[in-house]
Amino acid sequence: MLSLRSLKSSAPNWPDYLARRAGQARDPRVADFFASSQLAPETPISEAPLVAMDMETTGLDERRHAIVSIGLVPFSLGRIRLAERRYWVVRPPRPLLRQSVAFHHITDSEIVDAPDLDEIIDELLAALAGRLVVVHYRHIERPFLDAAMQSRRSESLRFPMIDTMSLEARIHRQSLWARFRRWMGRPPVSIRLHNSRVRYGLPPYQGHHALIDALATAELLQAQIAARHQPGTPIGQLWS
Amino acid sequence: MDIELLEIREQLARFAPFDGLSDAHLDSVAGRIEVAYFKAGSDILQLGDAIEDLHYIRSGAVEIFWRNGELYNRLSEGDIFGHYSLLRNRKVHLPAKALEDTLIYFIPGDVFRELCDQDEHFADFVEFGRTRLKAAVEEQHKSNDMMITRVRKLVSRRPLMIEESASVQELAQRMNEENVSSALVLTTAEDDPRYQFNDPDGQSWTLKGIVTDQDLRNRVLAEGRSVSTRVGEIVSSRLISVQSDKSVHEAMLSMLRNNVHHLPVLHRRRPMGVLHLSDIIRYETHSSLYLVSNIFHQPDAKGLERLKPDVREAFVRMVEEGANSHMVGSALSTIGRSFTRRLLELAEEELGPPPVPYCFMALGSMARNEQSIVTDQDNALILDDRFDPTLHDDYFATLAKRVSDGLDACGYTYCKGDVMATNRQWRQPLAVWKGYFSDWIDNPNPEHLLHSSIFFDLDSVHGEEAFVEQLQDLVARKAPESPLFLAAMARNALGRTPPLGFFRTFVMEKDGKQNNTINIKRRGTAPMVDLIRAHALACGSRAQNSFERLDDIAKTQLLPAGTGDKIRYAFEFLSMVRIRHQAIDLREDQEPDNNIAPSNVSDSERHHLKDAFQLLSNAQKFLKFRYPMPSRR
Repeated sequence: MLSLRSLKSSAPNWPDYLARRAGQARDPRVADFFASSQLAPETPISEAPLVAMDMETTGLDERRHAIVSIGLVPFSLGRIRLAERRYWVVRPPRPLLRQSVAFHHITDSEIVDAPDLDEIIDELLAALAGRLVVVHYRHIERPFLDAAMQSRRSESLRFPMIDTMSLEARIHRQSLWARFRRWMGRPPVSIRLHNSRVRYGLPPYQGHHALIDALATAELLQAQIAARHQPGTPIGQLWS
Repeated sequence: MDIELLEIREQLARFAPFDGLSDAHLDSVAGRIEVAYFKAGSDILQLGDAIEDLHYIRSGAVEIFWRNGELYNRLSEGDIFGHYSLLRNRKVHLPAKALEDTLIYFIPGDVFRELCDQDEHFADFVEFGRTRLKAAVEEQHKSNDMMITRVRKLVSRRPLMIEESASVQELAQRMNEENVSSALVLTTAEDDPRYQFNDPDGQSWTLKGIVTDQDLRNRVLAEGRSVSTRVGEIVSSRLISVQSDKSVHEAMLSMLRNNVHHLPVLHRRRPMGVLHLSDIIRYETHSSLYLVSNIFHQPDAKGLERLKPDVREAFVRMVEEGANSHMVGSALSTIGRSFTRRLLELAEEELGPPPVPYCFMALGSMARNEQSIVTDQDNALILDDRFDPTLHDDYFATLAKRVSDGLDACGYTYCKGDVMATNRQWRQPLAVWKGYFSDWIDNPNPEHLLHSSIFFDLDSVHGEEAFVEQLQDLVARKAPESPLFLAAMARNALGRTPPLGFFRTFVMEKDGKQNNTINIKRRGTAPMVDLIRAHALACGSRAQNSFERLDDIAKTQLLPAGTGDKIRYAFEFLSMVRIRHQAIDLREDQEPDNNIAPSNVSDSERHHLKDAFQLLSNAQKFLKFRYPMPSRR
């Protein structure tokens, strides 16, 4: 039980995993992706090429739901480069559930002419390659991308991510202060994207657009590093 | 346009200078921005760094500093910085620091330069100093042409309309009920397409003509027609009308040319009212020219007092019609002088002719022809040297009191510093005045300097003009030769300083303090007047008006090239801000004053005010340097 917990909270050995996958992957593009994604864990965050990613999905379960849009914003600790943004709307294999329109704000008509994820996946991999991916709540992006890849290319697609929600949780959920608050019976601090941003004086954006949420996530990471970490903090301490 | 960038685009479009950009330009800016976060206290731009982008504050607050570390400006959401450096050598010369946690949008240099090339408004906004203030001042005057009063502004009620089949008796009854002197006559016959229109029910009508009181008298009663005569029979076949967007002036010409007193006003083809000659006359009554002649027709002080609201109305109208500060200032001064002269005439009628000649002189803003709607009275009496106080002073004391009380009743409140002819010290023969003036120039102690700054703006209002001219000559001759006096006047002109600018809803002071309102006279126009006076005294100018003084100063080498024009634009801008805010107060039925709340200052007005304050501050520094204290021997 104890060992499982420590296993869960510490990051897997990403360099070994990535190197192994680069050698094993059958699809050459996937192999290239892994080969070019081997960032040393000692790399200071200020020198790491980053890319913020957000996706909208039809639900929360990667086995029953699908991706409808993906937004990417490449950035570094110094600059977020909106001019290099990428945004795709994709057609999910299963027809969209009616209630999900409210969930992601993309309507059936927008999706009718959209390509299947399979058609854009190589572009997506090329845009991610060589960059450390930054998301807010990795338990959506990681399993959905993995599941989509498994079903289309029979390859698993997992890679290190900086999860800005985890970084918030470290401060507000796992710190001594957070445990003290909990012991006092105070409600936990919200670590959702919008609420986290407010704590750093970041402006509100309309949520639920993959590109704007990716931008919002990139800004949040810049703020978190400025407030809680150092430009020299190694990425191995931040990813998970 | 990428829908996902809409939010960024809308954010930019809320603030100057982006608010004036075309949609295409906004799109290209929004798509190219870069973003970075700065924690409170961190450096954004450091002195000497290369700068490649225009900086736009998305959220938070930023402080900009001079090279020496002194605060230059405090900025917040929607403000830009870095443009001066970008336009020059692309090296940071005003460092910037985050005052609060701040999110910056960077607009790449090539996008910035493209905007400067392609959008004049944008270029004017980001270019420093003269160009920008000049642009702002010219913008004010451009709106002049657009603000010609249109006929529709004078139409206060819907017209009475009647069918041609109605009887003249019915017509007379309706006119009586509605208390109007004319009615428009309609027909269902479609004989003239120029006058066809549909009423709200969709019924098609043709405007056939107009009938007036006069027609009922001349065409019905005088010709002995019956009360059952159809209206259609007495309506004239000639229809003179005016379109609602024509100017009042054009409507007036049309009435004169066609010899009619009523003009149907049409919006395209639909009648929207009737303009009567009296509407135009009533409108004209509020013009300053009419007001001045009206002042001179008042039989007593009570009558003058009743004109007080007319002065305010004339002021508001001038501002609305786009007059510049020089026009407003001289019109109000002319009105103020007219009140004074009429009060003097009335007093003389009652007290008899003066025992010795005199000159009633105006001081301060009235003398400079820069009077505002919020003003007190500053005046004095210069008497002939044959004046004998025991014999004559009762007369002049009474005269002065009549004028002073009368002016107070008309809205020109008593001078708090007692600079009025009712004060014996300021009711003296010419020789005594010459003594005063010489003494003030020779011995510039604080009291004398205060007097100099009030009395050296002087002009005659009534009586022997030559008396005032002799005093003006004395000042123009003596001041330029008195370096100690000039140095003291220059110091004196530095007593009131401008603020740094605005920050959110506050006025920013140079020490970083924030206030809720700013007195635009005390912190802007008055120090500017003092500054211009100091240079004018140095060059022996006999002009009293600040703009005319600047003309005289420009003929000398007292100011570095180009500075005079900058001061002129800054002064005009500050004066207009003051005037416009007073007009707004009056329109909103509030007592006007010189205070401005930052929340009432528009985005680009703030920007230009900041420039004008900066210019004033620099000009004040130069003044001290230009007129140094002579070393004592």
